Amino acid sequence: MRRLARDRAAMAALVLFAVIVIMCLLAPVYAAWAGVEPFKSTLDAVITIDGQDVPVMEQSTEGLGLGYNPIGPTWRLGSYFLGADNQGRDVMARLLYGGLNSLVIAGSATIVTLVLATALGLAAGFFGGIVDTVLSRILDILWAFPVYLLAISLSIVLIAQGVQIGPITIESGSLSLPIFIIGIVYIPYVARPVRGQVLSLRESEFVLAAIGLGVPSHRILYRDILPNVSTTLIVFVPLMMALNMLTESALSFLSIGVQPPNASWGTIILDGQGLLYSRPMVALAPGLAIVITVLALNVFGDGLRDALDPRSKIRIGRG
Amino acid sequence: MLKVNDLSVSFRTEQGIVRAVEGVSFEVAEGELLGVVGESGSGKTVSLLAVMGLIVDPNATVTGSITYRGRELVGLPAKEMRKLRGREIAMIFQDPMTALTPVYAIGWQIAEQILAHERVSKAAAWQRAVDLLAEVNIPNPAEAVHRYPHQLSGGMRQRVVIAMALSCNPALLVADEPTTALDVTVQAQILDLVAKLRRNHGSAIVFITHDMGVMAEIADRMMVMYAGREVERGTKQELFLSPRHPYTQALLDSIPPLKGPRPRRLRTIPGAPPNLLNRPPGCAFAPRCPHRFEKCSAVPELTGGARAAACFRTVPA
Amino acid sequence: MIFALLRRFGQMIFVMFGISVLVFLIFFATPGADPAARIAGRNASPEILEAVRKSFGFDQPIYVQYLTMMKKIFITGDLTSFVNRGWKVVPAVLDTVPVTLSLVIGAAVLWVVFGLLIGVAAAAARGTWLDKLLMVLGLIGISMPVYWLGEVMNLVSQSRYHDTWMFSWVPPLGYKTFSTDPKGWFLTLVIPWITLSILYIGLYGRVLRAAIIESLQEDYIRTARAKGLSETRILLRHALRTSLISFATLFGLDFGALVGGSALLTEVVFGLQGVGKLTYDALLNLDLPIIMATVMYASFFVVMANALVDIVYILLDPRVRTG
Repeated sequence: MRRLARDRAAMAALVLFAVIVIMCLLAPVYAAWAGVEPFKSTLDAVITIDGQDVPVMEQSTEGLGLGYNPIGPTWRLGSYFLGADNQGRDVMARLLYGGLNSLVIAGSATIVTLVLATALGLAAGFFGGIVDTVLSRILDILWAFPVYLLAISLSIVLIAQGVQIGPITIESGSLSLPIFIIGIVYIPYVARPVRGQVLSLRESEFVLAAIGLGVPSHRILYRDILPNVSTTLIVFVPLMMALNMLTESALSFLSIGVQPPNASWGTIILDGQGLLYSRPMVALAPGLAIVITVLALNVFGDGLRDALDPRSKIRIGRG
Repeated sequence: MLKVNDLSVSFRTEQGIVRAVEGVSFEVAEGELLGVVGESGSGKTVSLLAVMGLIVDPNATVTGSITYRGRELVGLPAKEMRKLRGREIAMIFQDPMTALTPVYAIGWQIAEQILAHERVSKAAAWQRAVDLLAEVNIPNPAEAVHRYPHQLSGGMRQRVVIAMALSCNPALLVADEPTTALDVTVQAQILDLVAKLRRNHGSAIVFITHDMGVMAEIADRMMVMYAGREVERGTKQELFLSPRHPYTQALLDSIPPLKGPRPRRLRTIPGAPPNLLNRPPGCAFAPRCPHRFEKCSAVPELTGGARAAACFRTVPA
Repeated sequence: MIFALLRRFGQMIFVMFGISVLVFLIFFATPGADPAARIAGRNASPEILEAVRKSFGFDQPIYVQYLTMMKKIFITGDLTSFVNRGWKVVPAVLDTVPVTLSLVIGAAVLWVVFGLLIGVAAAAARGTWLDKLLMVLGLIGISMPVYWLGEVMNLVSQSRYHDTWMFSWVPPLGYKTFSTDPKGWFLTLVIPWITLSILYIGLYGRVLRAAIIESLQEDYIRTARAKGLSETRILLRHALRTSLISFATLFGLDFGALVGGSALLTEVVFGLQGVGKLTYDALLNLDLPIIMATVMYASFFVVMANALVDIVYILLDPRVRTG
């Protein structure tokens, strides 16, 4: 842990990530302060800049002069800082709300994946035999399915009409659906390394000794194997979050992730696609936000792995 | 031929400076076999790595003088050192299982060394590889030359490594515990091989080991190292028959006797070698030495020329 | 070795079977809605719904439904889209494959070449500013959503800087077949190639660097140094060559996944009518038959590519080949 604290790049990344999270958590505060409603179509909003009243959707001066163009960035906090989208909504406020959704989905999906993958990996690696064969085959099949196609297939089926499993009904617009889909799709990604580690741990002397002494399985799992596996899992957390953020934004961009009226960084990029050449900031800003967040998570993840994984102590030297 | 004078190697680590080798001096004459004995951590491997110029850690400092046939090796530019390495001075290592690159045939790896140092054709290099494999008693050398390392046993791989090391007829071969990882019968074969090759090629050999039995068999002269320093040197007979350092004596004592009543317990040296990060003052062996007395709180110098020992007890100051 | 190959082949067949079952379950058996309604699309009349029910055998037991689906996709090929009336699905999918192949192969060439360059350079210069710079660039590369990067590329090359010398050659979005217009084919693909490859260059550069550096810790490198070989030779001939095996394996997997349809984001952004874009369009129209077919073909392709990679690995690694 101390080694991690000494890794300046990783620490800076962690701080950056924390700042981003805090900013997104303050989304409602910002929206209230700026006096905007980021989820309602506000085509006739008017803001005040330097004492003058400026309509948010101005008459288009390009092309044939028909239609309306949302205003570009004003670079004034609280007054459509990044401009408006084609529904007159404040992009900056939506960016913060969207970030909140993206982060929540990425984090929750990470939890789903880690919990399920650990359970599968532990079961397969520890019990071996037929349990392992069956689980491994299932993981193989899941793994062979290209990630996005699997996500698309699940999305199209679930999102169109929601899910009804017995007494549990999940609305189609709920955020749980993307969380569930992304969480499932990456299970093999984590389960396989966990299984591999459990397999080798199982053959290690202290586990064999415990089995020989008649220690019940669940205690071995809990006291001997799980602590060792948890290091691997901790390293996975930031990396999975980064991966999930990218996947969620891609799915949202394809309209099968977060559904309107909810927003995420991916949906905002989609919104910005139509305005790309006239008001590029709508598409650029969420993308940059994603890049910065994912970068921070990756840098921190690298640092975490270097600090926790003894094998990765790389000696830098020239012969 | 090889003169090492006051060689010191230290490593800067997170916890401090480790002095792996301190003030070691020795000589190797043409064609002779010098045995270097010591426990793990005594500095025997590091000293010879320094001779080869194979210390790659940028946190390492090498001071002192190493002259090969009159040429100073410390501070020699890497390019010059590479010309010597593998050609005039060769080194083989302990674990044969991982010593060869897994993706190339063994003939290719031998030929690679030859082609790196001599201007011969590829065909000639491969032919020499076949001859070398025959010399180290590998059956079917012409066919074996195309095999991959994983297809050979540990003993065979070590022979290949030896063949490779001798491929350019070096004047000096450094062998770092080449038999430690092999079982006893194979060990005997390898030792015979080394002796035969020494006769045929006339190379001098520095043989590092912790096994006194091996020393007895092949060494001409010997050097005993402890905690990074040299503690005794002399001919094989001198050291075995009249050791002058308690550590040498203890090593000899720990060999189970062939004759006489069976000992109830094998003799060992109590304690453990010192931590090289925090070397205690005085003689490094003192904590474990049955002969220690009040003078041992100072560091004994190596005195006595060719028959030197570093002990206040046996060598009057 | 034959045994290993046969086993791998058998595994491939099994996984394909498993995927077909999974696809079937997802589309036909998820709770919540009538599968016939899903397939027939929105606004389907009751007669069409009835016809779909009969044709797909929804009144039959579930394994018959599965067999019927498989038959429609693979054997008779008479799976038709209901959204675009009567459009035969299977040939439609096959038509889009060359586009995807053009995109992915071009990008693959780029990313292998640059991945190798960057990985080797960073490993050779490890610890220096060059190494750190390359790794940071790689990190940025893998942190960018590929579709967003595509949009940015479009913004720059199609709009903002289109009139400058740098980008005036960029044609409007879309694909031109090679046989009719080779130059056009090339020009329309250049920016997509670069976009798609950036992510993978970053990834492969980092992976290769790590693999090479790890190889350099091995004993056989110490032997190679003792032989008097130059550092360059050791790096390229010994460390790199050993790391290439895992590099090649990874490449095979990613390549397979991309051709299988993971390239869909790039295709959508650049308007290239490949397998991925077909899937996406079908997605927006809720055109289930097409999605079923593309997903099935894509997954099969991926599984085949994976098996091929393993087979190539068996052939390449001398330890597996002869041992």
